[in-house]
Amino acid sequence: MTRSLKVLRIGPGCTVQDAGRPGWLEYGVSRGGAADRLALAEGAALLAQSHTLAALEMVGMGGEFEATEDLRIALTGAPMKASIDGSAIAWNASHVLPAGARLSIGAALRGTYGYLHVGGGLVVPEQLGARSVHLSAGIGAACQSGDTLPVGEDGQFQTGLGLKVANRFEGGQVRMVASLQTHLFAEKDRARFEQTQFRRGTRGNRMGVPLDSDGAAFSPDGGRTVLSEVISPGDIQITGDGTPYLLLAECQTTGGYPRIGTVIPCDLPLLAQAPAGAPLCFQFVTLEAALEAEEKARSHQSGLRTACKPLIRDPHTIADLLSYQLISGAIAGEEDVL
Amino acid sequence: MLISFGERLNEPANRAALALRAELGRLTWDGIEEVSTSLVSTYIRFDPLHLDHRTLRTKLEGLLASKDWYGAPLPENRRLWRIPAVFGSELAPQLEQAASAAGLSPEDAIAQLAAARVRVQTIGFAPGQPYLGELPEAWDIPRQSQLTNRIPEGALAVAIRQMVLFSVATPTGWMHVGQTAVQLFQPQSANPFVLRPGDEVAFTPATAEEITNLRADPMGGAKAEVLK
Repeated sequence: MTRSLKVLRIGPGCTVQDAGRPGWLEYGVSRGGAADRLALAEGAALLAQSHTLAALEMVGMGGEFEATEDLRIALTGAPMKASIDGSAIAWNASHVLPAGARLSIGAALRGTYGYLHVGGGLVVPEQLGARSVHLSAGIGAACQSGDTLPVGEDGQFQTGLGLKVANRFEGGQVRMVASLQTHLFAEKDRARFEQTQFRRGTRGNRMGVPLDSDGAAFSPDGGRTVLSEVISPGDIQITGDGTPYLLLAECQTTGGYPRIGTVIPCDLPLLAQAPAGAPLCFQFVTLEAALEAEEKARSHQSGLRTACKPLIRDPHTIADLLSYQLISGAIAGEEDVL
Repeated sequence: MLISFGERLNEPANRAALALRAELGRLTWDGIEEVSTSLVSTYIRFDPLHLDHRTLRTKLEGLLASKDWYGAPLPENRRLWRIPAVFGSELAPQLEQAASAAGLSPEDAIAQLAAARVRVQTIGFAPGQPYLGELPEAWDIPRQSQLTNRIPEGALAVAIRQMVLFSVATPTGWMHVGQTAVQLFQPQSANPFVLRPGDEVAFTPATAEEITNLRADPMGGAKAEVLK
């Protein structure tokens, strides 16, 4: 049998995702790719492999999986309860999934998007130069129970690494920069936008999320209509009824609603991960501050591999402690990251 | 970075955006990751940690000052597409409503739409979906405030002196005046997008029965010739 991951059961809307599909904007296809790019990089670091490989993005809940051969796996993004054949395994960590064993991933404890990475990556066929599913463009489709996902070759063996990850799964404050239509909004409305405590709306998806608040609606000065213009992920458009709507990886490529600003790329993982109802607030920063933040985020990402450390387990939590070969110093490494 | 050539849609601004996009495609400046156009603007996605805003802006200002972009020739290798379409009939139920909004008889409306040679001003909203223009002044009619629940793939719809040829079935405020059998986005094909920005399109009148029969062909009978 070919090397693959069998999907025995899976929640709705789970898709294979990679870094996305650049280069098709002028044909109306946005870049797409993983909603939380940082989680993709974290999984790649834990498996010491390329961050361009595809992983499974799970929305709010996971599923049950079985490997046809021993696979290395890593779990990142929104923490979910996970186990292999009933033994709990750590999130933000890499493990061995033995052939035939049952990997169970439950509901998200915090956040929205969890990621299951495999050594060698998921190698579903490329379309338009990438493997990521783009639901709104009709490229690929959500994963279904009964699917078999092909897995690439993996020449490596190391697992049992964990990564300490800052909490980006419960909302918080994000930074935005002024963009091409910010000036259409009166200064007092921009200030009010910064002071408003928003909540992530419930109707969100990979295209974007509504930002709910209790205050008055936001609208551009004089209700001016604007010509449809290029959209980039992170743009906050003010829709017809005055509700701000934040655009994410799978947004449309152009839009006619005025935009009050653009969230900087390194803060998008926090926004994508915010679960429904999570508090969100926004702060305008200068272009210089935004660039500095991006540079910092990039150096954080390039340091992820060295930040991966062997997992240390508490023997009290190991139900089958005596079945381990303990004298030679081998660490199976599962519970409790770091 | 966005270079905008106007606040309203007009032919010279669209031409300038397309010409600048073509020139940037030829120049391939280091640090630029993607270039595209909207109706009146050229958009540059770049890596600001590799190519800083000020340097890019200075280079662009030099390029913009080097010629009259509003009068620039359109990109090379544009094509003229002839796409069979039925105007009116049960396949395109809003022809009469649109004709009346434009102050034309249904016959005159069909004659004008069939005679129009329109440009792909931009592609957006959905994969491969063009905004086509510009139609004669009579067609400066508003979009409907009441949305049509579902306009089918291949539908040709009008408003504000433009046509949209839908690449997906979707709700819309544009008026459904024609129907084609072309599939503008074919993700499995070696050439997934039929149209490119800058291409020209003319719609060849066909009967509803002919359009139904053309559905067997993903191109829906569309034929292209390279414009000289």
